[in-house]
Amino acid sequence: MTTAPERSVPKPVFTDAEAGAKVFPDSTARRFNYFVPAKRKQTHYEDVTVEVQPDPRHYLSQGWLYGFSDGRGGYPLDWTVLKAWGSDRPEPTRGPGSGGKGYDWPAHGWHEFRDPNEEWELSLYRYNSNVVRQVTQNVEAARQAKAFEQWNPNWVRFVERNVGAWMHVDHGLGLYLFANANRRAPTNMHNNAISVNSMHRIRAAQDLALYNLTLSEEIEGFDGAAHLDAWNNDPAWQGVREAAEALTGVDDWCEAVFAANVVFEPLVGELFRSSLVQQAAPRNGDFVTPTIVGAEEYDFSERDLRYTKAMFSLLTGDREFADHNKAVMRQWLAAWVPRAIAAARTLQPLWSQPDSKPPRFEDGLDRAKSRFSGIVTDLDLQTPKELAK
Amino acid sequence: MSRQSMAKAHKKIQELAWEPLYHEPVSHYGTDYTFQKAQKKDPLKQVLRSYFPMQEEKDHRVYGASDGAIRGNMFRQVQERWLEWQKLFLSIIPLPEISAARAMPLLFRTVPNPELHNGQAIQMIDEVRHSTIQQNLKRLYMNNYIDPAGFNSSLRNFQNDYCGTIGRQFAEGFITGDAITAASIYLTIVAETAFTNTLFVAMPAEAAANGDYLLPTVFHSVQSDESRHISNGYATLLMALADESNHQLLERDLRYAWWNNHRVVDAAIGTFIEYGTKDRRKDRESYAEMWRRWIYDDYYRSYLVPLEKYGLVIPHDLIEEAWNQIWNKGYVHEVAQFFATGWLANYWRIDPMTDEDFAWFEDKYPGWYDRYGKWWENYNRLSVPNGHHPIVAEDVDYQYPHRCWTCMVPCLVREDMVMAEVNGQWRTYCHEACRWTDVEAFRPVYQGRQTPNMGQLIGAREWETLYHGWNWADVVTDMGYVRDDGKTMVAQPHLNLDPTKMWTLDHLRRMPPLQSPNVLLNEMSPEERAAFHANYVRGGPAGRPARADA
Repeated sequence: MTTAPERSVPKPVFTDAEAGAKVFPDSTARRFNYFVPAKRKQTHYEDVTVEVQPDPRHYLSQGWLYGFSDGRGGYPLDWTVLKAWGSDRPEPTRGPGSGGKGYDWPAHGWHEFRDPNEEWELSLYRYNSNVVRQVTQNVEAARQAKAFEQWNPNWVRFVERNVGAWMHVDHGLGLYLFANANRRAPTNMHNNAISVNSMHRIRAAQDLALYNLTLSEEIEGFDGAAHLDAWNNDPAWQGVREAAEALTGVDDWCEAVFAANVVFEPLVGELFRSSLVQQAAPRNGDFVTPTIVGAEEYDFSERDLRYTKAMFSLLTGDREFADHNKAVMRQWLAAWVPRAIAAARTLQPLWSQPDSKPPRFEDGLDRAKSRFSGIVTDLDLQTPKELAK
Repeated sequence: MSRQSMAKAHKKIQELAWEPLYHEPVSHYGTDYTFQKAQKKDPLKQVLRSYFPMQEEKDHRVYGASDGAIRGNMFRQVQERWLEWQKLFLSIIPLPEISAARAMPLLFRTVPNPELHNGQAIQMIDEVRHSTIQQNLKRLYMNNYIDPAGFNSSLRNFQNDYCGTIGRQFAEGFITGDAITAASIYLTIVAETAFTNTLFVAMPAEAAANGDYLLPTVFHSVQSDESRHISNGYATLLMALADESNHQLLERDLRYAWWNNHRVVDAAIGTFIEYGTKDRRKDRESYAEMWRRWIYDDYYRSYLVPLEKYGLVIPHDLIEEAWNQIWNKGYVHEVAQFFATGWLANYWRIDPMTDEDFAWFEDKYPGWYDRYGKWWENYNRLSVPNGHHPIVAEDVDYQYPHRCWTCMVPCLVREDMVMAEVNGQWRTYCHEACRWTDVEAFRPVYQGRQTPNMGQLIGAREWETLYHGWNWADVVTDMGYVRDDGKTMVAQPHLNLDPTKMWTLDHLRRMPPLQSPNVLLNEMSPEERAAFHANYVRGGPAGRPARADA
């Protein structure tokens, strides 16, 4: 009889180290105790998000340790001109015997923001996985049903050029506005929400690009590069392109998010998607494109706009700086609304391109303006006079 | 993924990028590196259509295991010695992760390659994943482990504890200063490529040996994203190497990043693995053995050295010196001893070492007992309050160390301590490499070259300064490391949860006040300071003061 040598492995040990095994000070203190929840009970989202990004105004007793070449570290509050209560209080100074206490939590109003979508990793992967699965299935079902054969040639040209051109807006804003802004905001709640917004845009861009690839394979004569020509050379797209590039050039992170989600998306994005593509497609035999574009529409209207409104409502209702913030936002509206309206109007020729026409451009623009006015009113701002142009 | 091949899909999404016609994107971050536009490929060709479901599937496994751990009463088998150190680790690590997400935009305008930006955006959201999944793990520990103290106050404690401050370098170094130094060399080339091996592979293995299979579940899931991040860094590095004028900066940044990562990560992870485990099988790898395998062989010899053919100057001397510190100078043991010395300023409990531990250390690190054994016997003797002070205020042949201004780990290998006067202040450094980092590397001129984008070391970098002259009970109260009875400390130098055996603020009240070594150093005359330094470097090992007759 042979015996195998005993393998060297860690031995299980009964330690009885589970909750409730003993009673002692703190034995039942099973809640994160360093922040005040927004509602009565702290949420799972708050637990995994709040305070991960520190702040020298409350707990960060030794201050930021690494600075840029000008000696400033961390997340300076003046990376936006908007202010939340407490923003003007100086950071506590430290020296021999100073102790480490800062202001009581939260120290300033920026920390009061909570993403109403409660985005963290579990939610963002579930949501986006569902979207890409549904989009893929829709396209695959259409392919199997030979649905693209129903498209008239003019609609094929429309999709290859104009639906394709929108991918560039999504990509540019996703990367160079939203991803860029995720380094700029003073709390983890802001930056996480913004980074999720960024992934919505980048995913939507890729959804359109890969749809374009499928159409190149499925529709004879579909020009998979026509979107580049439209984006680079078509005068109808240059207003949108100019506005999108201007958005990526904004220094102030709040202005960038505000201009993109409060102004540009309702007045240009939703106008293009909901009043043009979604309306024209079915009349031209296309039931597929609306499902892809509709996914992005839902991203914006049900999620990205939702956190944006919560973020800016807090600032327009701020107990110390509401007037200041509203004045700044009025300036932003005065600057960005004309630009967005101009971009929308340069798109107008697209409305006449499909064989079966969508509802009139002016009706769509009125609808977009009405929607925009509602958002602005929700933010306790007045509709800017520039909207009338 | 749909019927389209990944390669075709990835090729297609390259059409998304465009050159600005009307306005340039904002440029918030600077670099002294120069890059030529190049078609450097994103080697992993990630497309979101496959990426999101892949991550969701990984989540299913992680959260399934979490459920299983709770239903299977994993915590009946978890070693408290191990879980206590997780109070420190899991308070630190979500910030480096989220900082890595925040670091990605630093590269958008400085690295002119849109294909790489796509990979960087995916890394951004990976890091959001890592940060929140780790917070979630900590939440689970808090809810299910016997002692929630320290988990429940984690992110306040991390921000005001000196260990948290040490760990914070591993986050702030990613997001400030020269964009390439921070987000590429420090973060991806060194931190992720070298040190995530010990962080996310070696340490989880030790967790499993201590009855905790959730840490491996979460961190191996995290590590499976790291290979993509390593590719991001490698592609950027090759672009940087293409310009000869970058080589001087690369050499500087590799030296800084390597040494700082060694000082910070080896201090923390080495301590967790060597002093946080109950697995004392002789054939269990020591941290030094793991380091030799994961970092020296896999990173240095297999990754860094081959880059020499592209003109990269490798800091061979500092890599050998890091090994020298770990193997010959007891770096990890010195750090663990210091953490245990200062147990009262922390927010976790530190278990005394036993005879079984002593035997293992002696086997793995011959000569360990002669250096450290007596001190740990004293630690054990002084662990339960019995009319004496905590060990830091007792005579146990240990000189409280000065703190390194750069890495903020104390100057524990006494013979290596150096000093410099900077901006009118005398500073101590744990090693010449840390002095060089502060005095030479983080400056607007480096070796005669203008480096206007290089960052600065800022902040109140010596923790003790804040509490100079304070009573220890007030220090602990100020930091908030007190349990819900208002007097029992969160930290304890043992694992006994019998309230009569636990230290309270009342015990600390009797101690002499805390003194800041740096404040005292700056109060000395030049002659006193020189004598102090000469004496300090004759001290050690194990923190022993210099012998009067030596």
